Amino acid sequence: MKRQIPIIITFIVGTVLILSVFFPPFERLGEDFSIYFDIIAVFAFFLGGGNLIRIHGDKIFKRRKDWGFSLVTILGFFIMLAAGLLKLWNPGGIAADVAATGSLFQLMYDWIFNPLGATMYALLAFYVASASYRAFRAKNVEATILLVAAFVILLGRTPLGMYVTGWIPESFSILQIPNMAIWIMTSPNLAGQRAIMIGIALGVVSMSLRLILGVERTYLGVDNE
Amino acid sequence: MFAKSKLSTPALACLIVIILVLNTFPVAAQDIVSADTGTVFIPAPPTGVTAVDFKYDRGERVEISWTLSADDNERGQVSGYNILRAGGESDDFVPAGTVAAGIGSYTDKDVESGTTYRYLVEAIHAGGTVPSAVSAAVIPDVELINWNLANLFIIALLIGGAVIYFISHAKRGKKLFVRKIAGLEAVDEAIGRATEMGRPILFIPGINDMDDVQTIAGITLLSRVAKVVADYDIKINMPVARSLVMTTARETIREAYIGAGRPDAYSDDMVRYITDEQFGYVAAVDGIMVREKPATCFYLGAFFAESLILAETGNSIGAIQIAGTAMPAQLPFFVAACDYTLIGEELFAASAYLSNEPRQLGSLKGQDVGKFIAMIAIAVGVVAATVAGAWGGTFFIRLSDIMHRLFTIRN
Amino acid sequence: MNNLGLIISALVIGLGLLWLLIRSLKGKEVERRVIFLFIGLSVSVPLLFNITFSEKATPIVRAVFDKIESLPPGSKVLISFDYGPSMAPEVEPMSDIILRHCMIKNHRVYLMGLWATGQSLSASAVDKIIKAEFPDKINGLDYVNIGYKAGNQGVLNVIITDFRKMYATDVDGVDLDSLPIFDGIKSLKDMNLLVSVGGGFPGIKEWVLFAADPGHIPLAGGCAAVSAPLLYPYYPRQILGLLGGIKGAAEYESALMKKYPELTDMPIPGIRMMGPQTLAHMVIMAFIVIGNLSFFFAGRKKQP
Repeated sequence: MKRQIPIIITFIVGTVLILSVFFPPFERLGEDFSIYFDIIAVFAFFLGGGNLIRIHGDKIFKRRKDWGFSLVTILGFFIMLAAGLLKLWNPGGIAADVAATGSLFQLMYDWIFNPLGATMYALLAFYVASASYRAFRAKNVEATILLVAAFVILLGRTPLGMYVTGWIPESFSILQIPNMAIWIMTSPNLAGQRAIMIGIALGVVSMSLRLILGVERTYLGVDNE
Repeated sequence: MFAKSKLSTPALACLIVIILVLNTFPVAAQDIVSADTGTVFIPAPPTGVTAVDFKYDRGERVEISWTLSADDNERGQVSGYNILRAGGESDDFVPAGTVAAGIGSYTDKDVESGTTYRYLVEAIHAGGTVPSAVSAAVIPDVELINWNLANLFIIALLIGGAVIYFISHAKRGKKLFVRKIAGLEAVDEAIGRATEMGRPILFIPGINDMDDVQTIAGITLLSRVAKVVADYDIKINMPVARSLVMTTARETIREAYIGAGRPDAYSDDMVRYITDEQFGYVAAVDGIMVREKPATCFYLGAFFAESLILAETGNSIGAIQIAGTAMPAQLPFFVAACDYTLIGEELFAASAYLSNEPRQLGSLKGQDVGKFIAMIAIAVGVVAATVAGAWGGTFFIRLSDIMHRLFTIRN
Repeated sequence: MNNLGLIISALVIGLGLLWLLIRSLKGKEVERRVIFLFIGLSVSVPLLFNITFSEKATPIVRAVFDKIESLPPGSKVLISFDYGPSMAPEVEPMSDIILRHCMIKNHRVYLMGLWATGQSLSASAVDKIIKAEFPDKINGLDYVNIGYKAGNQGVLNVIITDFRKMYATDVDGVDLDSLPIFDGIKSLKDMNLLVSVGGGFPGIKEWVLFAADPGHIPLAGGCAAVSAPLLYPYYPRQILGLLGGIKGAAEYESALMKKYPELTDMPIPGIRMMGPQTLAHMVIMAFIVIGNLSFFFAGRKKQP
């Protein structure tokens, strides 16, 4: 029974959500199920937060290796939580918007959260360079074509592409690097992307039907037999 | 009969001219705006007001249309239209909406199904409004079937039907050909490497929640990986970005350890919640990778900008990396930086592929029917559109139009 | 200053790359940290010396500009901030310039977000753009910020039929029904234009699938460069135009400055950031060449 109930719920919810697309009377039920998931996900925050506090608290308490970093994690968690819940330094008081200008929450967001997130994202610039250096080797014909396309795109995404090929007359404008870059992105690249997206959509249909019909049950931790 | 007129000849002539002008240029059957008299120009009312139930909805919309006032022109005598509605709780006409001049339709979305409504439209002018006749009654209705999506329904039936058919008719023992997927063939080898080196395995199920089918695909693969991990007694480390994924993954790994007869070896700490925030999560995972140096890294699920950061960090520690995602924007990064990549549908096929179970493999065959339909439709559509565009021809124009309508969603 | 900076940076980086090129002819690979150093230099030097280049709007960006420019004053434009602080350096110039353009054209702007971080970012945009540059605009009449609601595409599923089922108030707690800007507005279908800025989930694709396409509402987008190829299939039918990456923002800024030459003091973060992007792209191309040379010459060395 413990295994049957989730499968029955999956079947009912999955079927209703499919029907809600084609049969208007089911639309409201479909919207309601979407809201139910959000409510469940919000309650699950408590589980995740509790797990975070337990693991790092344990590390601090037992003075394990690198326990100092766990202390930073726990402090950051509680200070941000307090700043948001208690509206610390908030000019409008406890009833004001949590992100009001001048509040501790907004200050931490602007001066700690934002720069840290932007720093992590900036790592991509370095990693793209090292990945390109390693991956774009002309080992065979296909790799060489990929290499040439990469060069065209790299030049086309900067004003340099226009400076280098801007002299080409309008009748041959497709040979101008920015136009070639756009053509590569909107023709062969797009064709490949669309083929992958069609395959993905079919894969989603197949996987979803296996889940709804209870054929695929490994996510419950059981065999499918 | 008339007294002798004292009017001079020129004044009489002027009077006659004025009378003639007034008769030659009759004003419309309205008064002229006059600062002296205070009369107001009243435009002609809108006519032909019709109210129709909007098709294929839950009875929440009525479409009202009318013929514009004859005086709705560039002189600005009509500045707009008020749409009024009577029905429901009150038989009085109440405002439903307003549109600008020149517009002859309006959709009323503030109605309830099963209630009778009537509409009238007022032309707005400088002095007020002039109403039209009342429309016939309309009852917005709930339609049971959205016939606008009939084409989508047929396509869904074909593809879904094929998948269900092949699942139900899969016969045990009948070998179904499935092409080799290098990434999946390498799973055992990758886990074996971790065993030899005595280092842990890192499993990342993406950063989306359990409502994303890619995450579920990742968790189904986790089940297979966890079975091998339990058998070989290797450490598995699974930092996650969603609390629901944490609870699901724990269940999955616990069952794998119970199935392997080693329930005592399981620990809840194998699966840890980090944070929902994308880059906070990847920073933590990078730290785990650099400190614990896993021998094998699995990235199976939905990823975004963090994909390259994870893959490059894994590369720097010398781990063998198997990635799989249905996010087309991230596939190039995984292909460039990882040893094996499951591209799009291969991620969804992975569970069926590894299980080798007939019903699961049957669903892959159903997928192929969908691909076949897509290929035929693309070929027919491209030929029809190309020939129609280049050379015309009634047949190809009609065929192109049919293909366009067949694959367009209307609502 | 511009030319001096260009010359200095070209010399420093050029000489370094030349040295690496000579090493590659001997079959030697380049260490990762050296690559990181050169990328760091190629990004910071143009910013320090304020190196910029002129831009011309491509048709896909031009379409967004022309749409906002052609809408009559008072049109209703909804801008959704669907990104976080990590993506802000790349996409914030887009949301800023589009918001600024809407304010110049006296459109009524509705700000919201499908990301939790979007609420703070939209509030920042209100302070930075509307209150600072257009102080005559009135909150609740010319613009409103209704903020974030959890639910991803579920939010769109609801507000495509009724805003008030999801949003009862704006971010300041004021009832939507008491705001003049919401008179006669029931749902997304009452908007003249939707704009989604961001590159992740939920993002432009969800706006296409759950709002623009079913509701037949014009949609424009702004996204990170890496997400743009994924969205090209939707152009031009489901999305009327797309600003892809910082180049898209730079092109839009350039188009706005050409149309309104009086905006000489307007911040141009997009155009400014194209300097580092250009130099970084050149350095990456140089490293690809160096990598291929190392590969070939190392291979030759191994042959008997």
